[in-house]
Amino acid sequence: MATKSRYRILPHTADGKFRAYGRTLEEAYGNAALAMVSLMWDWTTIEPLERREIRVEAPDRERLLVRFLGEIVYLFDHERFLLGRVAELGIAGSARGGFELRAVVEGEPLRGGREIHGDVKAVTYHDLTIEAGDGITVQVVVDM
Amino acid sequence: MEPRRIDDNTWEIPKHGAMRVPAVIYSSAKLLADVRRDKTLEQAANVACLPGIERMSYVMPDAHQGYGFPIGGVAAFDLEDGIISPGGVGYDINCGVRLLKTDYTEEDVREKRKELLAGIFREVPAGVGKGGVTKLSRSVLKDILVKGAEWAVANGYGTGEDLERTEEHGRMKDASADDISDRALERGIPQLGTLGAGNHFLEIQKVEEIFDPEAARAFGVRAPGQILVMVHCGSRGLGHQVATDYIELMSDAPGVRDLPDRELVNAPFRSPMGRRYYRSMCAAVNYAFANRQMIAHWVRQVFARVLGGSGGMDQIYDVCHNVAKVERHVVGGREKDLVVHRKGATRSFGPHRPEVPGAYRAVGQPVIIPGSMGTASYLLAGTREAEELSFSSTAHGAGRVMSRHEALRRFRGERIREDLARKGIELRSTSWKGVAEEASEAYKDVDEVVRVSHEVGLGRLVAKVVPLGVMKG
Repeated sequence: MATKSRYRILPHTADGKFRAYGRTLEEAYGNAALAMVSLMWDWTTIEPLERREIRVEAPDRERLLVRFLGEIVYLFDHERFLLGRVAELGIAGSARGGFELRAVVEGEPLRGGREIHGDVKAVTYHDLTIEAGDGITVQVVVDM
Repeated sequence: MEPRRIDDNTWEIPKHGAMRVPAVIYSSAKLLADVRRDKTLEQAANVACLPGIERMSYVMPDAHQGYGFPIGGVAAFDLEDGIISPGGVGYDINCGVRLLKTDYTEEDVREKRKELLAGIFREVPAGVGKGGVTKLSRSVLKDILVKGAEWAVANGYGTGEDLERTEEHGRMKDASADDISDRALERGIPQLGTLGAGNHFLEIQKVEEIFDPEAARAFGVRAPGQILVMVHCGSRGLGHQVATDYIELMSDAPGVRDLPDRELVNAPFRSPMGRRYYRSMCAAVNYAFANRQMIAHWVRQVFARVLGGSGGMDQIYDVCHNVAKVERHVVGGREKDLVVHRKGATRSFGPHRPEVPGAYRAVGQPVIIPGSMGTASYLLAGTREAEELSFSSTAHGAGRVMSRHEALRRFRGERIREDLARKGIELRSTSWKGVAEEASEAYKDVDEVVRVSHEVGLGRLVAKVVPLGVMKG
């Protein structure tokens, strides 16, 4: 899938803003992960050398997205894991009446020589939207 | 939203709708043109709606849109009826600036500039994903969160005099690590003593011009050509995670759904949640103080090795520009304690405030305003009028006007380095794309920002400094 059909980076004065698309919520969330990491590294050149499982729960879809993306920021900050692909992603109703997301992501550990050009500090709720129409569009602002 | 002009540098959004107080914007017509293009004014008006806000919702001359609160926003809240908000502090808690003076002159460093910069680049870890040199245990980290720069000094990084010349003496006393998540601790452990990336930098600078000789002398700034060192960084992943955690936790509270922006989430200052955030924020502030204390120590070591001697590298001051603090101010003719939020704003206490170090009490607190990469930075002094004008606050930097994405499209890092080299400025970075994102064209004109600050009386101009060597994360 071409990058521009997955997501688009939008102008935002100080931070990173993007819209990600998908036929389903799952696909849009997966593309949002790629959009976010594109602000830090070139994910198209990352080898799928390692896998990580992500599991998050939230009472609503917005918070589910923020928590999911927050996990990816954490994997990078704490484990130096560079995401290159979302291999699996499923969203289901949780036992507590909210949502549960399970994903398997692939990537490689950070090594010398790899250029990391941006620093996503946090995922925000600012201007966060999830729209259903002809497919799903999510919009996210990250603090950089 | 159309602000009403009060004078050349002051604009007001009158109280309307749910606003409890008016919003006041300190800006020139030129700076306001940029401010109008984004959501800064709307955000300042939203802040004016929050419970317990005192006097005004203030906007500093370098303001731009943030999330919830604008960057360059100042708001003070009553301790009993008011709130505390992680969005009013920002994600990079105690992002701040430290300025060291030296006895070296431009002549002393001219031939050694590259060597100095290379040495600093080796000693101070920088860039995204770069770990620190120290492997901390969790218990040591918690000790640092409570003690801040005091911990660093006790462990051989710098001197007690540095602490006297740091806001809060480098340690916010209300800090507690008890309510900081494991995740925040995990992000904090590998990053202590690192510069980070984005707009964070370390500069070798020379004094270009002195505007206020008396204040300059008090600050240890003697003459044009004198070398200074500036460090701009914050609390790294630990602070970002504390902010993220408490925005999440406060989102569960009732009343959040009515907020015009979820990033305005807050808790009553006196509530258990408000106290937990405040104490955790103080801990993140302390982490950043320790971080800058360690970095300054390594810079001193490199200077001593390369140039010989101690070089008189005393600290001028260390300021926080993303923080909430309990301070005493006069409201309605009566002194009271308030929780003052400064998000992308610098405290500018005037003469005689007890918080100002003794050596500076006659002239006011040093206010350090960094410019964008490769441009001038300024040293100002806090004023008495600022108490009345802005709860003793002024600008914190140049403030962005262009998105990183757009900057990346327009500029090339290698080219920026060549241009700076022609002006006699050495640049080193871990990422050329990162350099392009921080191109000075992407920022407001810092000269205009400090001019407005000076004319309004938020902070008085003391000296202008220009870079000779820039290290960008």
